[in-house]
Amino acid sequence: MANTDTQKKSSKESSKNSALNIIDKIWNAHVVKQLEGHPAVLSIDLMLIHEVTSAQAFQTIDQKGLKVFAPSALLATIDHSIPTRKNRHEIFDEAARVQVETLRQNCKNHGIAFMDFDSGNQGIVHVVGPELGATQPGMTVVCGDSHTSTHGAFGALAFGIGTSEVGHVLATGCLLQEKPKTMKVEFKGNFKIGVYAKDAILALIGEIGIGGATGHVIEYTGDAIRAMSMEERMTVCNMSIECGARAGLIAPDEKAYSYIKGRRYAPVASIWDKAVERWNSFKSDAGACYDQNLTIDLDNLGPMITWGTNPGQAAQLSQAVPSPSDFSDPAKKVATEKALDYVGLEAGAQLTGTPVDWAFVGSCTNGRIEDLRIAAGILKGRKVNPNVTFYVVPGSEVVMAQAQKEGLDVIFTEAGAQFRMPGCSLCLGMNDDKVPAGKRCVSSSNRNFMGRQGPGSVTHLASPATVAASAIEGKLTSPVDYLPKA
Amino acid sequence: MKAYKTIKSKVMPLPLKDVDTDMIIPAQFMTSISRDGYGENLFVRLRQADPQFPSNQEKYKGAEIIVADHNFGCGSSREHAVWALDGAGFKAVVAKSFADIFAGNSAKNGFLLVVLPEEIIDRILLEGRSGSYELSIDLEKQTVRLADGTEVSFEYNPFRKHCLLNGLDDIDYILSFKDEIKAFKDKSALTQK
Repeated sequence: MANTDTQKKSSKESSKNSALNIIDKIWNAHVVKQLEGHPAVLSIDLMLIHEVTSAQAFQTIDQKGLKVFAPSALLATIDHSIPTRKNRHEIFDEAARVQVETLRQNCKNHGIAFMDFDSGNQGIVHVVGPELGATQPGMTVVCGDSHTSTHGAFGALAFGIGTSEVGHVLATGCLLQEKPKTMKVEFKGNFKIGVYAKDAILALIGEIGIGGATGHVIEYTGDAIRAMSMEERMTVCNMSIECGARAGLIAPDEKAYSYIKGRRYAPVASIWDKAVERWNSFKSDAGACYDQNLTIDLDNLGPMITWGTNPGQAAQLSQAVPSPSDFSDPAKKVATEKALDYVGLEAGAQLTGTPVDWAFVGSCTNGRIEDLRIAAGILKGRKVNPNVTFYVVPGSEVVMAQAQKEGLDVIFTEAGAQFRMPGCSLCLGMNDDKVPAGKRCVSSSNRNFMGRQGPGSVTHLASPATVAASAIEGKLTSPVDYLPKA
Repeated sequence: MKAYKTIKSKVMPLPLKDVDTDMIIPAQFMTSISRDGYGENLFVRLRQADPQFPSNQEKYKGAEIIVADHNFGCGSSREHAVWALDGAGFKAVVAKSFADIFAGNSAKNGFLLVVLPEEIIDRILLEGRSGSYELSIDLEKQTVRLADGTEVSFEYNPFRKHCLLNGLDDIDYILSFKDEIKAFKDKSALTQK
């Protein structure tokens, strides 16, 4: 079970202590100017752009007669409002069609690299950036999307911003920012069979709640983090926002450098060694201070599931649905009552065995090739329950091509799942893909707010393995029995 | 960017913790390329599900201030949430605490967020049920006057306050350092070659 040990430090000692943490180092390296009592003017190395939060930003700079400050520091794609059916070029929703076309035009007008349909690189913005080697250690990375924290997996300070701030970066290459507080979260121990990075981050959010890290940037440390692949690290960092954190990051190492090497925007061979030397400087010093410290023990962690209407309402799948009377805090009691009422679960009932109608493997959290491989490994030779509609949505055209090369698409379709085109899909009920009202979906995405996946729908967040096992059984099911024993 | 120096209005109490931006404006309504038109879908799902939801109650019509619990505005970074509140006629939210990105987005739009102590918020949430409970917010003085005349001070970031009161735009402020920014970026580019 997750064990926490929260120590609050009364004030940061960094003024007396010359040991800096990684967040301090990236921050210091990017402050252009800071007047007394003013926020810092922070230089932004990379901004990723998608169609939903950019149109108004471009309108602002056009209205002000400003040019884009640094087109080469920008990268755009389409993901949120596009269809994921095969004939996705035909966007039936007029407003979505206009949104996509507006971004296409804006990128053309301002000379911004745009990963369009069939470019070979279109996809979910937080899958595409790292795939292209655009995300690098020590960078400041922003996007008009809260899951920008994903890029922290590479040791970048990466955070979500609103549309107005997208405009600020377009116009100036900078943002006004107050320095955040810092939190260190150490993941100790080893994953048991059937337990993954998604379960680890759900355990953290379940422990500290959806406002537990507000105002902080989290550094994730520990042997378990070092043992994770880059894709697993991206899953962890992706959901930092779900406990209220501004951003979450992991110090870079050889795994990060190997991932980046050779990709389109990676430093070229002639400057590679120098780049790695610079990247190595973005690690926390021994003795560095944080405003808060936490430890999560993974040794006893089982597959996790959310039972309620926010990501903090999570439990181990082996447990029972909590009861309002389990909570002494009156606000938590009320929140639990309301959540259980919405999701239609009885306090005390076993979570496993809850029938599901829909299943989703995809999203910026768990839509990469390793996620698809895990799901395919469980589905191979088995069938999806006839009552379940199961979408498998690769996070990008690159992931899709790789999945097809490995024959995963055939495994999915033979099992009775739908292998669809890349995009955000069912994550947020914004495009054509929606979970119908009254239906329950087990999903590898990142939010289970009321109606998130479609009005009146219920969402249970889980790892891709848990999603696949649940889709086979037609009810919430642990993946443990579907995996080869160690 | 409009900036309200003083706001006097009856309140709409929203006794909910963790009001997320999907509740405030579902993603389905974010396909517009304009900043307008979101007001009519403010809290739409909650309004549809519950006839007693505060926005549905006649007594709160005309309220320009929402009073809420902890972590108001959590979840997605969608600035559309602020546009929806503004479009629906609200000028401020007074709460126990706010989520970071939502707080930043609000400041960029001149939409006022005020944090007050828990006991005071709890009192206003209770007394606000009358439908005629008024608050007066003075950004200059950083005070809120409760219905019974008590004045409570609130903290507000001095820089944001200055920008709000003077209608200052972040882009203009940042560009006032244009030369330094260019020099900084040129130097950074060199160190990476």
